[in-house]
Amino acid sequence: MTQSEVPRELRDEIPSFEEAPVHRDHGPIDWTGLTSIRTAKSAAEFGAIVAVAVVVFFGTEGLLRVTNTPEYVFPKPTSVVKALFVHEFWLFYGHHLWVTLQEFLLGFAIGSTIGLVLAAVITQKPFVEKIVAPYIIILVVTPMLALVPFLRIGLIKSFSIWPIVVAVALASGPMVLINAATGFRRTDLAKIALARSYGASTFQIFRLIRFPLALPMIIVGYMVGSIFGLLTAIGGEMVSASDQGGLGHQLVFFSSLIRMANVGAVIFIIAVLGVSIYVGFYLIGKRWASWEA
Amino acid sequence: MVLSAPDNAKILVRGATKIYETKTGPVHALESFSLDITEGEFVTILGPSGCGKTTLLWAMSGLHALSRGEILLDGTRVNGPRPHEIGMMFQDANLLPWRNLQKNIELPFAIKNRPVDGKRISRLVDQVGLSGFETAYPRELSGGMQQRASIVRALAQDPEVLLMDEPFGALDAFTRDEMNLLLLSLWAETSKTVVFVTHNISEAIFLADRVVVMTPRPGRLARIFEIELPRPRTVEMMFEPDFIELIREMKSTVESAVRHTVEVE
Repeated sequence: MTQSEVPRELRDEIPSFEEAPVHRDHGPIDWTGLTSIRTAKSAAEFGAIVAVAVVVFFGTEGLLRVTNTPEYVFPKPTSVVKALFVHEFWLFYGHHLWVTLQEFLLGFAIGSTIGLVLAAVITQKPFVEKIVAPYIIILVVTPMLALVPFLRIGLIKSFSIWPIVVAVALASGPMVLINAATGFRRTDLAKIALARSYGASTFQIFRLIRFPLALPMIIVGYMVGSIFGLLTAIGGEMVSASDQGGLGHQLVFFSSLIRMANVGAVIFIIAVLGVSIYVGFYLIGKRWASWEA
Repeated sequence: MVLSAPDNAKILVRGATKIYETKTGPVHALESFSLDITEGEFVTILGPSGCGKTTLLWAMSGLHALSRGEILLDGTRVNGPRPHEIGMMFQDANLLPWRNLQKNIELPFAIKNRPVDGKRISRLVDQVGLSGFETAYPRELSGGMQQRASIVRALAQDPEVLLMDEPFGALDAFTRDEMNLLLLSLWAETSKTVVFVTHNISEAIFLADRVVVMTPRPGRLARIFEIELPRPRTVEMMFEPDFIELIREMKSTVESAVRHTVEVE
Protein backbone atom coordinates (compact mmCIF):
# COMPACT_ATOMS: atom_id res chain seq x y z
CA MET A 1 0.00 0.00 0.00
CA THR A 2 1.43 3.37 -0.94
CA GLN A 3 1.28 6.43 1.22
CA SER A 4 -1.43 7.98 -0.94
CA GLU A 5 -3.74 5.04 -0.29
CA VAL A 6 -3.57 5.59 3.44
CA PRO A 7 -6.56 7.61 4.63
CA ARG A 8 -5.52 11.15 5.46
CA GLU A 9 -6.55 10.77 9.11
CA LEU A 10 -4.13 7.88 9.63
CA ARG A 11 -1.07 9.31 7.99
CA ASP A 12 1.87 10.09 10.26
CA GLU A 13 -0.21 9.50 13.34
CA ILE A 14 0.99 7.47 16.30
CA PRO A 15 -1.63 4.75 16.65
CA SER A 16 -3.53 5.53 19.83
CA PHE A 17 -6.96 4.46 20.89
CA GLU A 18 -6.84 5.96 24.35
CA GLU A 19 -8.65 9.06 23.25
CA ALA A 20 -11.20 7.12 21.22
CA PRO A 21 -14.57 8.61 22.06
CA VAL A 22 -16.76 6.30 24.08
CA HIS A 23 -20.24 5.65 22.83
CA ARG A 24 -22.65 8.20 24.17
CA ASP A 25 -26.37 8.39 23.86
CA HIS A 26 -27.27 11.68 22.22
CA GLY A 27 -30.95 10.99 21.77
CA PRO A 28 -32.77 11.36 18.44
CA ILE A 29 -30.82 14.44 17.34
CA ASP A 30 -27.16 14.95 18.06
CA TRP A 31 -26.86 18.56 19.13
CA THR A 32 -23.48 18.07 20.73
CA GLY A 33 -21.85 19.56 17.64
CA LEU A 34 -22.92 22.89 19.10
CA THR A 35 -20.53 22.52 21.99
CA SER A 36 -17.76 20.59 20.28
CA ILE A 37 -17.12 22.84 17.28
CA ARG A 38 -13.42 23.54 16.70
CA THR A 39 -12.49 27.07 17.61
CA ALA A 40 -9.54 29.26 16.71
CA LYS A 41 -6.61 29.18 19.10
CA SER A 42 -3.66 30.96 17.52
CA ALA A 43 -3.28 34.61 16.52
CA ALA A 44 -2.97 33.53 12.89
CA GLU A 45 -6.33 31.78 13.07
CA PHE A 46 -8.00 34.82 14.64
CA GLY A 47 -6.34 36.98 11.98
CA ALA A 48 -7.83 34.76 9.26
CA ILE A 49 -11.30 35.09 10.81
CA VAL A 50 -11.05 38.88 10.82
CA ALA A 51 -9.71 38.81 7.27
CA VAL A 52 -12.81 36.88 6.12
CA ALA A 53 -15.05 39.52 7.73
CA VAL A 54 -13.13 42.34 6.05
CA VAL A 55 -13.28 40.62 2.65
CA VAL A 56 -17.03 39.99 2.97
CA PHE A 57 -17.70 43.57 4.14
CA PHE A 58 -15.75 45.39 1.45
CA GLY A 59 -16.52 42.78 -1.23
CA THR A 60 -20.24 43.32 -0.73
CA GLU A 61 -19.75 47.08 -0.62
CA GLY A 62 -17.77 47.05 -3.87
CA LEU A 63 -20.18 44.70 -5.63
CA LEU A 64 -23.20 46.86 -4.69
CA ARG A 65 -21.43 50.04 -5.87
CA VAL A 66 -20.25 48.51 -9.16
CA THR A 67 -23.72 47.14 -9.96
CA ASN A 68 -25.36 50.35 -8.76
CA THR A 69 -27.85 48.38 -6.65
CA PRO A 70 -30.43 50.68 -5.03
CA GLU A 71 -30.59 50.79 -1.22
CA TYR A 72 -34.14 49.37 -1.09
CA VAL A 73 -32.97 46.21 -2.86
CA PHE A 74 -29.86 45.61 -0.75
CA PRO A 75 -28.33 48.14 1.67
CA LYS A 76 -24.61 48.77 1.42
CA PRO A 77 -22.63 47.62 4.48
CA THR A 78 -21.46 51.19 5.05
CA SER A 79 -25.09 52.39 5.08
CA VAL A 80 -25.89 49.76 7.71
CA VAL A 81 -23.01 50.99 9.86
CA LYS A 82 -24.23 54.57 9.39
CA ALA A 83 -27.77 53.50 10.33
CA LEU A 84 -26.38 51.89 13.48
CA PHE A 85 -24.50 54.96 14.73
CA VAL A 86 -27.33 57.46 14.96
CA HIS A 87 -28.45 59.93 17.64
CA GLU A 88 -31.72 58.03 17.98
CA PHE A 89 -29.92 54.77 18.90
CA TRP A 90 -31.94 54.21 22.08
CA LEU A 91 -35.22 55.08 20.35
CA PHE A 92 -34.48 52.99 17.24
CA TYR A 93 -32.68 49.98 18.74
CA GLY A 94 -31.61 50.19 22.39
CA HIS A 95 -35.06 50.28 23.94
CA HIS A 96 -36.21 47.44 21.67
CA LEU A 97 -33.16 45.36 22.44
CA TRP A 98 -34.03 45.72 26.12
CA VAL A 99 -37.65 44.63 25.50
CA THR A 100 -36.55 41.58 23.51
CA LEU A 101 -33.95 40.72 26.13
CA GLN A 102 -36.56 40.84 28.91
CA GLU A 103 -38.92 38.58 26.96
CA PHE A 104 -36.14 36.18 26.18
CA LEU A 105 -34.58 36.04 29.66
CA LEU A 106 -37.90 35.69 31.51
CA GLY A 107 -39.27 33.08 29.10
CA PHE A 108 -36.02 31.14 28.97
CA ALA A 109 -35.58 31.13 32.75
CA ILE A 110 -39.11 29.80 33.26
CA GLY A 111 -39.03 27.31 30.35
CA SER A 112 -35.57 25.91 31.01
CA THR A 113 -36.19 25.46 34.73
CA ILE A 114 -39.44 23.58 34.15
CA GLY A 115 -37.79 21.55 31.36
CA LEU A 116 -34.83 20.60 33.54
CA VAL A 117 -36.94 19.57 36.54
CA LEU A 118 -39.35 17.59 34.35
CA ALA A 119 -36.43 15.82 32.66
CA ALA A 120 -35.03 14.75 36.02
CA VAL A 121 -38.44 13.51 37.15
CA ILE A 122 -39.71 11.67 34.06
CA THR A 123 -36.47 9.80 33.40
CA GLN A 124 -36.87 8.10 36.78
CA LYS A 125 -40.00 6.36 35.52
CA PRO A 126 -39.75 4.84 32.02
CA PHE A 127 -43.55 4.45 31.90
CA VAL A 128 -44.12 8.18 32.50
CA GLU A 129 -41.45 9.01 29.94
CA LYS A 130 -43.17 6.92 27.27
CA ILE A 131 -46.55 8.56 27.92
CA VAL A 132 -45.12 12.09 27.91
CA ALA A 133 -42.79 11.60 24.90
CA PRO A 134 -45.26 12.28 22.03
CA TYR A 135 -46.45 15.50 23.68
CA ILE A 136 -42.90 16.70 24.09
CA ILE A 137 -42.23 15.99 20.42
CA ILE A 138 -45.34 18.02 19.50
CA LEU A 139 -44.08 20.93 21.61
CA VAL A 140 -40.60 20.65 20.07
CA VAL A 141 -41.75 20.72 16.45
CA THR A 142 -44.53 23.32 16.76
CA PRO A 143 -43.30 26.87 16.07
CA MET A 144 -44.43 28.56 19.27
CA LEU A 145 -44.26 32.04 17.76
CA ALA A 146 -47.49 31.07 15.98
CA LEU A 147 -49.15 31.01 19.39
CA VAL A 148 -48.42 34.65 20.20
CA PRO A 149 -51.48 36.28 18.51
CA PHE A 150 -53.73 33.68 20.10
CA LEU A 151 -52.21 34.25 23.54
CA ARG A 152 -52.48 38.02 23.13
CA ILE A 153 -56.13 38.25 22.14
CA GLY A 154 -57.30 34.98 23.65
CA LEU A 155 -55.76 33.40 26.69
CA ILE A 156 -53.75 36.20 28.31
CA LYS A 157 -55.64 39.19 26.82
CA SER A 158 -52.76 41.61 27.22
CA PHE A 159 -50.56 43.83 25.11
CA SER A 160 -47.73 43.36 27.58
CA ILE A 161 -44.61 41.26 26.98
CA TRP A 162 -46.15 38.21 28.72
CA PRO A 163 -47.66 36.43 25.71
CA ILE A 164 -44.20 36.41 24.13
CA VAL A 165 -42.60 35.33 27.42
CA VAL A 166 -44.96 32.35 27.48
CA ALA A 167 -44.15 31.48 23.86
CA VAL A 168 -40.41 31.67 24.59
CA ALA A 169 -40.88 29.37 27.59
CA LEU A 170 -42.88 26.91 25.48
CA ALA A 171 -40.21 26.93 22.77
CA SER A 172 -37.13 26.62 24.97
CA GLY A 173 -38.51 24.36 27.73
CA PRO A 174 -39.05 21.24 25.59
CA MET A 175 -35.62 21.67 24.00
CA VAL A 176 -33.99 21.70 27.43
CA LEU A 177 -36.20 18.80 28.43
CA ILE A 178 -35.32 16.38 25.59
CA ASN A 179 -31.60 17.03 25.87
CA ALA A 180 -31.49 16.94 29.66
CA ALA A 181 -33.56 13.74 29.60
CA THR A 182 -30.94 12.18 27.32
CA GLY A 183 -28.36 13.15 29.91
CA PHE A 184 -30.31 11.81 32.88
CA ARG A 185 -30.95 8.54 31.04
CA ARG A 186 -27.23 7.81 31.11
CA THR A 187 -26.61 5.34 33.85
CA ASP A 188 -23.18 4.31 34.89
CA LEU A 189 -23.83 1.32 37.10
CA ALA A 190 -20.27 1.16 38.43
CA LYS A 191 -20.31 4.80 39.55
CA ILE A 192 -23.70 4.44 41.19
CA ALA A 193 -22.48 1.27 42.94
CA LEU A 194 -19.40 3.20 44.08
CA ALA A 195 -21.51 5.90 45.70
CA ARG A 196 -23.84 3.29 47.19
CA SER A 197 -20.90 1.41 48.71
CA TYR A 198 -20.07 4.58 50.64
CA GLY A 199 -23.66 4.70 51.88
CA ALA A 200 -24.93 7.45 49.54
CA SER A 201 -28.65 8.22 49.68
CA THR A 202 -30.80 8.42 46.54
CA PHE A 203 -30.51 12.20 46.60
CA GLN A 204 -26.72 12.05 47.06
CA ILE A 205 -26.46 9.66 44.13
CA PHE A 206 -28.43 12.18 42.08
CA ARG A 207 -26.31 15.12 43.22
CA LEU A 208 -22.91 13.44 43.04
CA ILE A 209 -23.32 11.01 40.12
CA ARG A 210 -26.42 11.38 37.96
CA PHE A 211 -26.44 15.16 37.70
CA PRO A 212 -22.74 15.63 36.84
CA LEU A 213 -23.03 12.76 34.35
CA ALA A 214 -25.97 14.54 32.70
CA LEU A 215 -24.45 18.03 32.87
CA PRO A 216 -22.80 18.07 29.42
CA MET A 217 -26.13 17.18 27.80
CA ILE A 218 -27.98 19.68 30.01
CA ILE A 219 -25.68 22.43 28.77
CA VAL A 220 -26.32 21.36 25.17
CA GLY A 221 -30.04 21.56 25.97
CA TYR A 222 -29.68 25.08 27.35
CA MET A 223 -27.79 26.10 24.24
CA VAL A 224 -30.36 24.71 21.81
CA GLY A 225 -33.20 26.00 24.00
CA SER A 226 -31.74 29.51 24.08
CA ILE A 227 -31.41 29.60 20.30
CA PHE A 228 -35.05 28.48 19.88
CA GLY A 229 -36.13 30.92 22.59
CA LEU A 230 -34.48 33.92 20.91
CA LEU A 231 -35.97 32.86 17.58
CA THR A 232 -39.40 32.72 19.16
CA ALA A 233 -39.03 36.11 20.87
CA ILE A 234 -38.05 37.83 17.60
CA GLY A 235 -40.61 35.92 15.53
CA GLY A 236 -43.33 36.54 18.10
CA GLU A 237 -42.62 40.27 17.95
CA MET A 238 -42.79 40.21 14.17
CA VAL A 239 -46.19 38.54 14.33
CA SER A 240 -47.63 40.44 17.25
CA ALA A 241 -45.41 42.71 19.29
CA SER A 242 -46.24 44.11 22.71
CA ASP A 243 -46.99 47.82 23.07
CA GLN A 244 -43.34 48.11 24.07
CA GLY A 245 -42.09 46.99 20.64
CA GLY A 246 -38.98 44.83 20.45
CA LEU A 247 -36.34 44.03 17.82
CA GLY A 248 -38.76 41.88 15.81
CA HIS A 249 -41.23 44.75 15.80
CA GLN A 250 -38.51 47.10 14.54
CA LEU A 251 -37.71 44.70 11.68
CA VAL A 252 -41.32 44.88 10.47
CA PHE A 253 -41.52 48.62 11.15
CA PHE A 254 -38.39 49.55 9.17
CA SER A 255 -39.27 47.11 6.38
CA SER A 256 -42.65 48.76 5.95
CA LEU A 257 -40.88 52.11 5.51
CA ILE A 258 -38.38 50.50 3.11
CA ARG A 259 -35.54 51.74 5.34
CA MET A 260 -33.36 48.74 4.53
CA ALA A 261 -30.22 50.14 6.17
CA ASN A 262 -32.12 50.23 9.49
CA VAL A 263 -33.38 46.70 8.85
CA GLY A 264 -29.76 45.63 8.34
CA ALA A 265 -28.79 47.34 11.61
CA VAL A 266 -31.52 45.50 13.54
CA ILE A 267 -30.46 42.16 12.00
CA PHE A 268 -26.88 42.93 13.02
CA ILE A 269 -27.96 43.59 16.63
CA ILE A 270 -29.97 40.35 16.69
CA ALA A 271 -26.94 38.46 15.38
CA VAL A 272 -24.70 39.98 18.07
CA LEU A 273 -27.28 39.03 20.72
CA GLY A 274 -27.46 35.44 19.39
CA VAL A 275 -23.69 35.04 19.25
CA SER A 276 -23.34 36.44 22.80
CA ILE A 277 -25.79 33.86 24.13
CA TYR A 278 -23.97 31.10 22.25
CA VAL A 279 -20.55 32.17 23.53
CA GLY A 280 -21.94 32.41 27.06
CA PHE A 281 -23.08 28.82 27.02
CA TYR A 282 -19.94 27.71 25.20
CA LEU A 283 -17.85 29.14 28.04
CA ILE A 284 -20.12 27.54 30.66
CA GLY A 285 -19.69 24.21 28.85
CA LYS A 286 -15.92 24.64 28.79
CA ARG A 287 -15.88 25.34 32.51
CA TRP A 288 -18.32 22.69 33.73
CA ALA A 289 -18.36 19.95 31.13
CA SER A 290 -14.87 19.95 29.66
CA TRP A 291 -14.15 16.52 31.16
CA GLU A 292 -16.17 14.98 28.36
CA ALA A 293 -14.89 17.04 25.44
CA MET B 1 -28.63 -23.43 61.17
CA VAL B 2 -26.04 -23.44 63.91
CA LEU B 3 -23.16 -21.17 63.18
CA SER B 4 -19.82 -22.61 64.03
CA ALA B 5 -16.99 -20.32 63.25
CA PRO B 6 -13.60 -19.57 64.69
CA ASP B 7 -13.49 -16.59 67.06
CA ASN B 8 -11.31 -14.56 64.76
CA ALA B 9 -13.68 -14.90 61.78
CA LYS B 10 -14.22 -11.55 60.08
CA ILE B 11 -16.54 -12.50 57.23
CA LEU B 12 -18.75 -15.57 57.11
CA VAL B 13 -20.50 -16.58 53.91
CA ARG B 14 -23.22 -19.14 54.52
CA GLY B 15 -24.97 -20.91 51.63
CA ALA B 16 -24.90 -17.84 49.42
CA THR B 17 -27.20 -18.32 46.43
CA LYS B 18 -28.13 -15.68 43.88
CA ILE B 19 -30.58 -15.96 41.02
CA TYR B 20 -31.05 -12.89 38.82
CA GLU B 21 -34.46 -12.43 37.26
CA THR B 22 -33.80 -11.18 33.74
CA LYS B 23 -36.04 -10.64 30.72
CA THR B 24 -34.69 -13.81 29.14
CA GLY B 25 -35.29 -15.88 32.26
CA PRO B 26 -33.58 -16.51 35.56
CA VAL B 27 -29.77 -16.52 35.66
CA HIS B 28 -28.32 -18.71 38.35
CA ALA B 29 -25.13 -16.88 39.31
CA LEU B 30 -24.19 -18.34 42.68
CA GLU B 31 -25.14 -21.63 44.37
CA SER B 32 -24.71 -22.59 48.03
CA PHE B 33 -21.39 -20.86 48.41
CA SER B 34 -19.87 -20.90 51.90
CA LEU B 35 -16.58 -19.49 53.12
CA ASP B 36 -14.98 -18.28 56.35
CA ILE B 37 -12.53 -15.43 56.14
CA THR B 38 -10.35 -14.67 59.16
CA GLU B 39 -9.36 -11.24 60.33
CA GLY B 40 -6.31 -9.82 58.54
CA GLU B 41 -6.38 -12.51 55.88
CA PHE B 42 -5.74 -11.93 52.19
CA VAL B 43 -8.11 -14.13 50.21
CA THR B 44 -8.31 -14.19 46.43
CA ILE B 45 -11.31 -15.58 44.62
CA LEU B 46 -10.43 -17.14 41.29
CA GLY B 47 -12.72 -18.35 38.56
CA PRO B 48 -13.55 -18.06 34.88
CA SER B 49 -15.55 -15.11 33.59
CA GLY B 50 -19.21 -15.16 34.55
CA CYS B 51 -18.83 -17.53 37.49
CA GLY B 52 -20.45 -15.21 40.00
CA LYS B 53 -17.27 -13.74 41.52
CA THR B 54 -18.52 -10.18 41.23
CA THR B 55 -21.96 -11.27 42.45
CA LEU B 56 -20.37 -12.72 45.57
CA LEU B 57 -18.30 -9.61 46.22
CA TRP B 58 -21.23 -7.25 45.67
CA ALA B 59 -23.28 -9.33 48.10
CA MET B 60 -20.44 -9.12 50.66
CA SER B 61 -20.42 -5.33 50.30
CA GLY B 62 -24.19 -5.15 50.70
CA LEU B 63 -24.70 -3.70 47.22
CA HIS B 64 -27.28 -6.32 46.42
CA ALA B 65 -29.20 -8.98 48.30
CA LEU B 66 -28.80 -12.74 48.08
CA SER B 67 -31.65 -14.99 46.99
CA ARG B 68 -30.77 -17.45 49.74
CA GLY B 69 -28.13 -17.71 52.42
CA GLU B 70 -26.45 -14.95 54.35
CA ILE B 71 -23.23 -13.06 54.84
CA LEU B 72 -22.01 -11.99 58.27
CA LEU B 73 -19.49 -9.27 58.91
CA ASP B 74 -18.21 -9.15 62.50
CA GLY B 75 -21.11 -11.38 63.47
CA THR B 76 -23.86 -9.15 62.10
CA ARG B 77 -25.76 -9.81 58.92
CA VAL B 78 -24.91 -7.67 55.88
CA ASN B 79 -28.18 -6.11 54.71
CA GLY B 80 -26.87 -3.04 52.96
CA PRO B 81 -23.71 -1.01 52.43
CA ARG B 82 -21.43 -0.88 55.49
CA PRO B 83 -19.32 2.14 54.54
CA HIS B 84 -17.55 2.43 57.88
CA GLU B 85 -16.19 -1.10 57.74
CA ILE B 86 -15.84 -1.85 54.05
CA GLY B 87 -13.79 -0.15 51.35
CA MET B 88 -14.63 -1.22 47.83
CA MET B 89 -12.53 -1.22 44.66
CA PHE B 90 -14.10 -1.78 41.27
CA GLN B 91 -13.10 -3.06 37.85
CA ASP B 92 -11.15 -0.22 36.23
CA ALA B 93 -10.40 2.66 38.52
CA ASN B 94 -13.98 3.96 38.48
CA LEU B 95 -12.93 7.53 39.18
CA LEU B 96 -15.44 10.31 38.50
CA PRO B 97 -14.12 12.11 35.40
CA TRP B 98 -15.56 15.47 36.46
CA ARG B 99 -13.65 15.53 39.74
CA ASN B 100 -9.92 16.01 40.07
CA LEU B 101 -7.83 13.45 41.88
CA GLN B 102 -8.07 15.07 45.30
CA LYS B 103 -11.85 15.53 44.96
CA ASN B 104 -12.18 11.91 43.87
CA ILE B 105 -10.32 10.70 46.92
CA GLU B 106 -12.46 12.91 49.14
CA LEU B 107 -15.71 11.49 47.70
CA PRO B 108 -16.32 9.08 50.62
CA PHE B 109 -16.00 11.98 53.08
CA ALA B 110 -18.41 14.08 51.00
CA ILE B 111 -20.97 11.29 51.05
CA LYS B 112 -20.70 10.75 54.80
CA ASN B 113 -20.55 14.47 55.59
CA ARG B 114 -17.37 13.95 57.55
CA PRO B 115 -14.43 16.31 57.77
CA VAL B 116 -11.75 15.31 55.29
CA ASP B 117 -8.78 13.56 56.88
CA GLY B 118 -6.25 15.60 54.93
CA LYS B 119 -3.21 14.27 56.76
CA ARG B 120 -4.05 10.64 56.12
CA ILE B 121 -4.90 11.31 52.48
CA SER B 122 -1.71 13.21 51.73
CA ARG B 123 0.34 10.47 53.38
CA LEU B 124 -1.40 7.80 51.28
CA VAL B 125 -1.07 9.88 48.11
CA ASP B 126 2.61 10.18 48.84
CA GLN B 127 2.93 6.46 49.53
CA VAL B 128 1.43 5.46 46.17
CA GLY B 129 3.56 8.05 44.38
CA LEU B 130 0.85 10.45 43.30
CA SER B 131 2.16 13.57 45.02
CA GLY B 132 1.89 16.56 42.74
CA PHE B 133 -1.01 15.10 40.77
CA GLU B 134 -3.76 16.13 43.21
CA THR B 135 -5.31 18.67 40.85
CA ALA B 136 -5.04 16.47 37.74
CA TYR B 137 -8.19 15.05 36.19
CA PRO B 138 -8.52 11.29 35.64
CA ARG B 139 -8.26 11.58 31.82
CA GLU B 140 -4.83 13.17 32.27
CA LEU B 141 -3.52 10.13 34.16
CA SER B 142 -2.43 6.67 33.00
CA GLY B 143 -4.44 3.58 33.91
CA GLY B 144 -1.97 2.65 36.64
CA MET B 145 -2.07 6.11 38.18
CA GLN B 146 -5.88 6.09 38.12
CA GLN B 147 -5.83 2.75 39.91
CA ARG B 148 -3.44 4.14 42.55
CA ALA B 149 -5.87 6.97 43.18
CA SER B 150 -8.64 4.41 43.46
CA ILE B 151 -6.64 2.52 46.13
CA VAL B 152 -6.15 5.72 48.09
CA ARG B 153 -9.89 6.44 47.85
CA ALA B 154 -10.70 2.95 49.18
CA LEU B 155 -8.22 3.30 52.05
CA ALA B 156 -8.91 6.98 52.85
CA GLN B 157 -11.37 6.18 55.61
CA ASP B 158 -9.33 3.33 57.03
CA PRO B 159 -11.86 0.52 56.53
CA GLU B 160 -11.20 -2.86 58.17
CA VAL B 161 -12.19 -4.82 55.09
CA LEU B 162 -11.14 -4.20 51.51
CA LEU B 163 -13.24 -5.79 48.77
CA MET B 164 -11.55 -5.66 45.38
CA ASP B 165 -13.33 -6.60 42.16
CA GLU B 166 -10.70 -7.35 39.48
CA PRO B 167 -9.16 -3.94 40.10
CA PHE B 168 -6.11 -4.50 37.91
CA GLY B 169 -7.83 -6.42 35.12
CA ALA B 170 -7.50 -3.60 32.62
CA LEU B 171 -3.81 -2.93 33.26
CA ASP B 172 -0.87 -4.28 31.29
CA ALA B 173 1.20 -7.09 32.85
CA PHE B 174 4.05 -4.83 34.01
CA THR B 175 1.79 -2.26 35.64
CA ARG B 176 -0.22 -5.08 37.17
CA ASP B 177 2.87 -6.54 38.90
CA GLU B 178 3.74 -3.08 40.16
CA MET B 179 0.23 -2.54 41.53
CA ASN B 180 0.23 -5.97 43.19
CA LEU B 181 3.49 -5.16 45.00
CA LEU B 182 2.09 -1.80 46.08
CA LEU B 183 -1.06 -3.44 47.36
CA LEU B 184 0.93 -6.02 49.34
CA SER B 185 3.13 -3.38 50.93
CA LEU B 186 0.06 -1.35 51.97
CA TRP B 187 -1.56 -4.51 53.31
CA ALA B 188 1.56 -5.49 55.27
CA GLU B 189 1.50 -2.17 57.13
CA THR B 190 -2.12 -2.41 58.15
CA SER B 191 -4.04 -5.43 59.31
CA LYS B 192 -6.87 -5.26 56.85
CA THR B 193 -8.90 -8.20 55.68
CA VAL B 194 -8.77 -8.32 51.89
CA VAL B 195 -11.03 -10.19 49.49
CA PHE B 196 -9.65 -9.89 45.99
CA VAL B 197 -11.51 -11.19 42.94
CA THR B 198 -9.53 -12.04 39.80
CA HIS B 199 -9.47 -14.36 36.79
CA ASN B 200 -5.69 -14.23 36.60
CA ILE B 201 -4.16 -17.35 38.19
CA SER B 202 -0.67 -16.03 38.90
CA GLU B 203 -2.07 -12.81 40.36
CA ALA B 204 -4.35 -14.87 42.60
CA ILE B 205 -1.43 -16.96 43.93
CA PHE B 206 1.00 -14.06 44.19
CA LEU B 207 -1.23 -12.02 46.48
CA ALA B 208 -3.03 -14.55 48.61
CA ASP B 209 -2.90 -16.45 51.85
CA ARG B 210 -5.65 -18.59 50.39
CA VAL B 211 -6.96 -18.91 46.84
CA VAL B 212 -10.61 -19.85 46.55
CA VAL B 213 -11.36 -21.44 43.17
CA MET B 214 -14.93 -21.20 41.90
CA THR B 215 -16.76 -23.29 39.32
CA PRO B 216 -18.45 -21.79 36.24
CA ARG B 217 -22.04 -20.63 36.56
CA PRO B 218 -23.71 -21.30 38.87
CA GLY B 219 -20.68 -20.40 40.98
CA ARG B 220 -19.86 -23.01 43.58
CA LEU B 221 -16.78 -23.56 45.67
CA ALA B 222 -14.42 -25.84 43.71
CA ARG B 223 -11.37 -25.94 45.94
CA ILE B 224 -9.38 -23.84 48.39
CA PHE B 225 -5.58 -23.63 48.06
CA GLU B 226 -3.42 -22.57 50.99
CA ILE B 227 -0.49 -20.56 49.66
CA GLU B 228 2.66 -21.20 51.69
CA LEU B 229 4.94 -18.79 49.86
CA PRO B 230 6.94 -16.63 52.30
CA ARG B 231 6.28 -12.92 52.63
CA PRO B 232 7.27 -10.34 51.55
CA ARG B 233 6.70 -11.72 48.09
CA THR B 234 8.77 -10.81 45.08
CA VAL B 235 8.06 -10.94 41.37
CA GLU B 236 10.89 -13.50 41.01
CA MET B 237 8.84 -16.02 43.01
CA MET B 238 6.50 -16.28 40.05
CA PHE B 239 9.20 -18.09 38.08
CA GLU B 240 10.02 -20.70 40.69
CA PRO B 241 9.00 -24.33 40.03
CA ASP B 242 6.66 -24.45 43.06
CA PHE B 243 4.77 -21.42 41.83
CA ILE B 244 4.47 -22.78 38.31
CA GLU B 245 3.33 -26.16 39.65
CA LEU B 246 0.65 -24.33 41.65
CA ILE B 247 -0.52 -22.51 38.52
CA ARG B 248 -0.75 -25.86 36.69
CA GLU B 249 -2.77 -27.41 39.50
CA MET B 250 -5.17 -24.48 39.74
CA LYS B 251 -5.62 -24.39 36.00
CA SER B 252 -6.59 -28.05 35.97
CA THR B 253 -8.98 -27.47 38.90
CA VAL B 254 -10.75 -24.72 36.95
CA GLU B 255 -10.77 -26.80 33.76
CA SER B 256 -12.12 -29.93 35.41
CA ALA B 257 -14.81 -27.77 37.00
CA VAL B 258 -15.69 -26.50 33.53
CA ARG B 259 -15.79 -30.09 32.14
CA HIS B 260 -17.89 -31.23 35.06
CA THR B 261 -20.40 -28.45 34.49
CA VAL B 262 -20.63 -29.26 30.79
CA GLU B 263 -21.25 -32.95 31.57
CA VAL B 264 -23.98 -32.11 34.09
CA GLU B 265 -25.68 -29.90 31.54
